[in-house]
Amino acid sequence: MRSSEELLRIGAGASFADDRIAPAVDLAERGELDYLVFECLAERTVARENLTRMKDPEKGYTPRLLDRIGAVLPACVSNSVRIVSNMGAANPDAAARLIRRHAQEQGLGDVTCAVVRGDDVADIVRRQPDLQIMETGEPLESILPRMASANAYLGADVICRALDTGAQIVITGRVADPSLFLAPAMHHYGWRYDDWERIGSGTAAGHLLECCAQVSGGCFADPGKKDVPDLARLGFPFADVAPDGRFWISKLADSGGRVDLATCKEQLLYEVHDPAQYITPDCVLDITDLELMQVEHDRVSFHGAKARPRTATYKVTVGYHDGYIGEGQISYAGINAVPKAKLAAEIVQQRLKDRGFSYAEVRVDLIGMSSVHGMGAGRPEPYEVRMRLATRTTERKAAEAVGFEVRALHVNGPGGGGGGSDPVVREILAVQSVLLPRPLVDRQVVVEKL
Amino acid sequence: MVRVYDLAHSRAGDKGDTSNISVIAYDEPAWLILREQLTAERVMEAFAHIAKGPVRRYELPKLGALNFVIERALGGGVTRSLAQDVHGKSLSSLMLTIELPGRPPPGAVHALPTTVQT
Repeated sequence: MRSSEELLRIGAGASFADDRIAPAVDLAERGELDYLVFECLAERTVARENLTRMKDPEKGYTPRLLDRIGAVLPACVSNSVRIVSNMGAANPDAAARLIRRHAQEQGLGDVTCAVVRGDDVADIVRRQPDLQIMETGEPLESILPRMASANAYLGADVICRALDTGAQIVITGRVADPSLFLAPAMHHYGWRYDDWERIGSGTAAGHLLECCAQVSGGCFADPGKKDVPDLARLGFPFADVAPDGRFWISKLADSGGRVDLATCKEQLLYEVHDPAQYITPDCVLDITDLELMQVEHDRVSFHGAKARPRTATYKVTVGYHDGYIGEGQISYAGINAVPKAKLAAEIVQQRLKDRGFSYAEVRVDLIGMSSVHGMGAGRPEPYEVRMRLATRTTERKAAEAVGFEVRALHVNGPGGGGGGSDPVVREILAVQSVLLPRPLVDRQVVVEKL
Repeated sequence: MVRVYDLAHSRAGDKGDTSNISVIAYDEPAWLILREQLTAERVMEAFAHIAKGPVRRYELPKLGALNFVIERALGGGVTRSLAQDVHGKSLSSLMLTIELPGRPPPGAVHALPTTVQT
């Protein structure tokens, strides 16, 4: 329950495109929310959806859009909960049209959607081949011929403009995750970009909520050491934000999970590098003086976030084609399992070489032994092991051959190999980043009409 | 020796080819040990077979936490890595396996040279 009517309540509805849906419905129905925010875009999702949109101009939004929005919309309409989401991915306009059509078909009325445009900067960066790639220092030119997409991480300002239209739903493409949550607070309280304490506070709240259940007991449990009550019914979190920027993170009392100093600290540092300089499009956040206090069961207060003015550039994720990954797996067990698996890996590599294929990178994993943390010293040999061979190559045929040769081990390899996988070939959409001066980006808000 | 697992909890996050791994002390005595003994060098040593480094270390005394940023740790980055755990989510568990000297054993203090009173 809300401890004061003056607080603004923002719920977290998703942390990635395949997140659970029921806890978001629970929040929409019983959470007394003002806003429900869905963050559904990983680093390369927009690149992939951009390819989808090129094949079909009415697609290119996040694939589970209607499953998710359709599930929460009845409660959001009847409880006047506004929705903010980046589920538009590479086609927010089409996403908004689909949602509006769905709402009318379901008898929910004329649900207005505001669309944030302008994150797609592919045409703009094409004219800036000298931009430096942050990860490699190379000029952007080196990947431009293979570029599939370029999207700027927009900030809360343009989302605020979309909220100012009065639309019940705001659909965006690429925006910074914390900005999705900061924007409702800025819009509601009229915070401006010179009030760095509040902007920092709202950004910190957004950062804590952007991964949803990761602050309420998800990605946390260690049985017997760090237990999480009723993890199966793990609830999603919300923030209660005060006009002065202080906020509280909590969850519904009868949902599973836990919100305490331990869960909040883990999420606070998640994907942070220098904690005094967490750069978003809205500010440079400093969390080193943040004070956390457990004020009630499953309720933690935060104050003391600091921030400095936003930088002069937008970070842009550039998606590009980077060849193929070919992969196969097979299992060995019992006496001498590990030497059999190693022999199998050698045979496959020899056969691929004999067929004339070469690879930019080859990786052999012994799953159950060294596939996740590598081969540390003093590890015991497991009873059973699954050999996985993965390669990267520019040729599709070379990638296909890997899974083919691994499966052929059933008959042509060491004794007792079982459970070979179907051959896997994946097209690689890699991403790199560049910084683009703000004035080059044209941000727009459009209210979608049928 | 004491394991980091007994002193702290941890979560790993990814950005490109960089992994950040938090180490959050369970209490004040644990924090004092971690702050002194869990150095960037010790972490680089534990991750040497996976990551090229370097490792940067940030202290957050108000949280009783350290944040390690390990460069070139994710096989070239989430989108092109051949690894199974492309995000390196499980690397927090590797951090917790690190062993530290822990407290100086009882009696060690007495072995230190004492001031001679005249």
